[in-house]
Amino acid sequence: MATGEFAAHAAHAHAGPTSWIRKYVFSLDHKVIGMQYYFLALTAVFVGMILSLLMRIHLIWPDATLPLLGEIKPETYLSLLTMHGTIMVFFVLTTAPQGGFGNYFLPIQIGAPDMAFPVLNMLSFWVTALAFIVMIAAFFVVGGAPLHGWTGYPPLSALQSSGPGEGLGADLWVISIALFCIGALMSALNFITTTLDMRAKGMTMMRMPLTCWAWFITAILGLLAFGVLLSAGILLLLDRNAGTSFFVPLVTINGQLAGHKGGSPLLWQHLFWFFGHPEVYIAILPAMGLCSQLLSVFSRKPIFGYKAMVYAMLSIGFLGFMVWGHHMFMSGMSPYTAFAFSIMTMAIGVPSAIKTFNWLGTIWRGRIRFTSPMLFALGFVSLFVSGGISGPFLAQPVLDIQLHDTYFVVGHFHLIMGVASIFGIFAATYYWFPKMYGRMMNENLARWHFFISLIGTYAIFMPMHYLGMAGHLRRYSQLTELNYLHGLVPLQTFMTYAAFVTIAGQFIFLFNLFWSMKFGKKASDNPWEATTLEWTTATPPPHDNFGGHMPVVNNGPYEYSVPGEARDFVMQTDPALVKGH
Amino acid sequence: MGLVLLVVIWLITFISAYFFIAKTWWLPAGASVAAAGIDHHFSTTYILMGAVFVAAQVILGYFAWKYRDRGSASPQVQYTHGNNTLEITWTVLTLILFVGLNFMSSSIWASERFRPAAPGAVQVEVTGMQFAWYFRYPGPDGKFGGTKPELQDASAGGEGAIGLDTTDPASKDDFVTGTMYVPVNREVEVVLRAEDVIHSFFVPAMRFKQDAVPGLAIHMHFTPITTGDYEIACSQLCGLGHYKMHGILKVVSQEDYDKWLAAREAEKQ
Repeated sequence: MATGEFAAHAAHAHAGPTSWIRKYVFSLDHKVIGMQYYFLALTAVFVGMILSLLMRIHLIWPDATLPLLGEIKPETYLSLLTMHGTIMVFFVLTTAPQGGFGNYFLPIQIGAPDMAFPVLNMLSFWVTALAFIVMIAAFFVVGGAPLHGWTGYPPLSALQSSGPGEGLGADLWVISIALFCIGALMSALNFITTTLDMRAKGMTMMRMPLTCWAWFITAILGLLAFGVLLSAGILLLLDRNAGTSFFVPLVTINGQLAGHKGGSPLLWQHLFWFFGHPEVYIAILPAMGLCSQLLSVFSRKPIFGYKAMVYAMLSIGFLGFMVWGHHMFMSGMSPYTAFAFSIMTMAIGVPSAIKTFNWLGTIWRGRIRFTSPMLFALGFVSLFVSGGISGPFLAQPVLDIQLHDTYFVVGHFHLIMGVASIFGIFAATYYWFPKMYGRMMNENLARWHFFISLIGTYAIFMPMHYLGMAGHLRRYSQLTELNYLHGLVPLQTFMTYAAFVTIAGQFIFLFNLFWSMKFGKKASDNPWEATTLEWTTATPPPHDNFGGHMPVVNNGPYEYSVPGEARDFVMQTDPALVKGH
Repeated sequence: MGLVLLVVIWLITFISAYFFIAKTWWLPAGASVAAAGIDHHFSTTYILMGAVFVAAQVILGYFAWKYRDRGSASPQVQYTHGNNTLEITWTVLTLILFVGLNFMSSSIWASERFRPAAPGAVQVEVTGMQFAWYFRYPGPDGKFGGTKPELQDASAGGEGAIGLDTTDPASKDDFVTGTMYVPVNREVEVVLRAEDVIHSFFVPAMRFKQDAVPGLAIHMHFTPITTGDYEIACSQLCGLGHYKMHGILKVVSQEDYDKWLAAREAEKQ
């Protein structure tokens, strides 16, 4: 390990704060900041979920009058989908796995007393929180929230006159995303530095738990991707308010010249998807790392192919920056580049498949304990396969002709980037709750939550593939105008009912979370009999994580059922195993 | 619990697969030259991916049940950190499957998008605007006249809506319609334009989709092979009326097309 390690540690061994504000609000402690991120994401996910429910209700009962909202108009529907997508992608899928659990557990798992830059860490959270407030404010301004979708393609998103919500609401939307990018950039720097510089003695890179590898690679992706989105956002803001024409050519809206000239709408798409595709991996990589970990812990078996898993994640991260054009096969981009992007996209399926093989290899001939985190990890694998398998359809431009912008795409990314990642978040919650709160969550409630979520998820998103094959386009607020959609309404109705049940199931989780904080069964320091460093320290961990001493690591993270050992797990801090097993 | 999980995962898999195999919901019937090739490749991809999907889910469910913790009745856990031969085998196999699939479809993509329309193709310019499609035909001279954004006035409809420059001699015989007519079995060259925001011209039965982007004139082609009326939809979010931006493509016999063309040109005189 690096020289200067002890000096670095000494600098971080600051005393715990005593005032309530410094302890719980403007805290420098990565554990408190992690929880702040987590509860921000929890708030966001319930907002996003309610928005999706309103959309599903509107699709089936278009003239229903809802309490408070009244009738949902076409533009309201588009605002709902824009805000649902934006909130879910940024404030849930990017925030909870990385900002939440990454912040809380990366330092502990690598044996550090805190993140490398605690003040920066606090700042990144509060900038993100501010971004969320600005985003929500878009609902309450004149004209309401924007209707341009989470991808915000100009000229629609660049012209105030292109529709309701494209005034102040759209400005707030862009500002919120720009703020979010700033927060994410600061956070990414912190994660990378912490992983490289703050590992405990003996914690070599190849002894890091796969969760840490995932957070580390995610941070690198974030550093490279969010800067591009930030720039694009600023350019869009200038186009909207300062009369520039980065993204808008000479166009007329309702017979009026819009006053722009010479810009390129495709430029935005390139910048947006240069961020947007790595973003998919930013959302899913932490879940991959975590589920790899959980499958090993609860099969009581070493992870199958640790190095292959690390290399697979690295290749996903690397290739993730070369595939953005597959979102643009129908955009007017050169068809020759489409061919190149298509090859790269098919190639990125390979490391994803390697991971699936290794997950199956991990549970093979193991001894599976069906705890709640394990159920969600197995559910994750199932969803990852189902969502992944539709990828090779969309990656081929020839098939994308029919499937692009249909529900097939919506089903694909909801299964893999949406729900699979969220299963990762649930698994992480059930797994680490005992360490965070010193109590266990209720296992019976967790099982109900799991089965309702798994079956419900498939019931909502699998039919979307059928819809997409039949040509059902996404972002349609009414299903009455095109004749060929009429026969598909029963399927939409089924999905709405499935959404009701699935969303109801999430309140079981919410109840379990808060109830267990107070009334859950007391947890021991290592209730799952796992090997990584967070389970060697007190529960909840003290301010400096390890109570004054620094752990020394002797073993890899996944030593389960080692022949000849008394227990079926060997802690990373236990005396070194003899090589040659 | 292992058994419950096996049953749930298998049921989800078999029910999902049933609807794919039964083709309860499927691609609309194809009506263009390209459709057969595209649909065939769709089926190939779908059989291969479907097999992977079912195999992976069935194995996942089976392993979950088979290797459940049965206390002292459980066999010894296999202490292994992996197997390089296996890793290399499945990496190579997946690579061949995925990239191979891609190369299989590349010739269709090339004929759809690399090759320009043949000379003598029927020319139609398609203009998208919030929230309508207009179709322009070049008239007897075979040439489209110029258009100017400052002349675009949706409320005027027709030639006015697309901003036709009437001072251009080539525009004199151009005519604009709200329904797209094309003759069967002839290649149609489509020039796609948009006036305000991005739209996307989607004709499911023709296996045809292409964005219409302001500032660009995108040249595409397709060849209808069955007469009939086909729905045109907008597939790129273009504003609050996106859902109702649709049109009709009428594929008629050459004879009917000529009659229709003559009538339109006569109106223009």
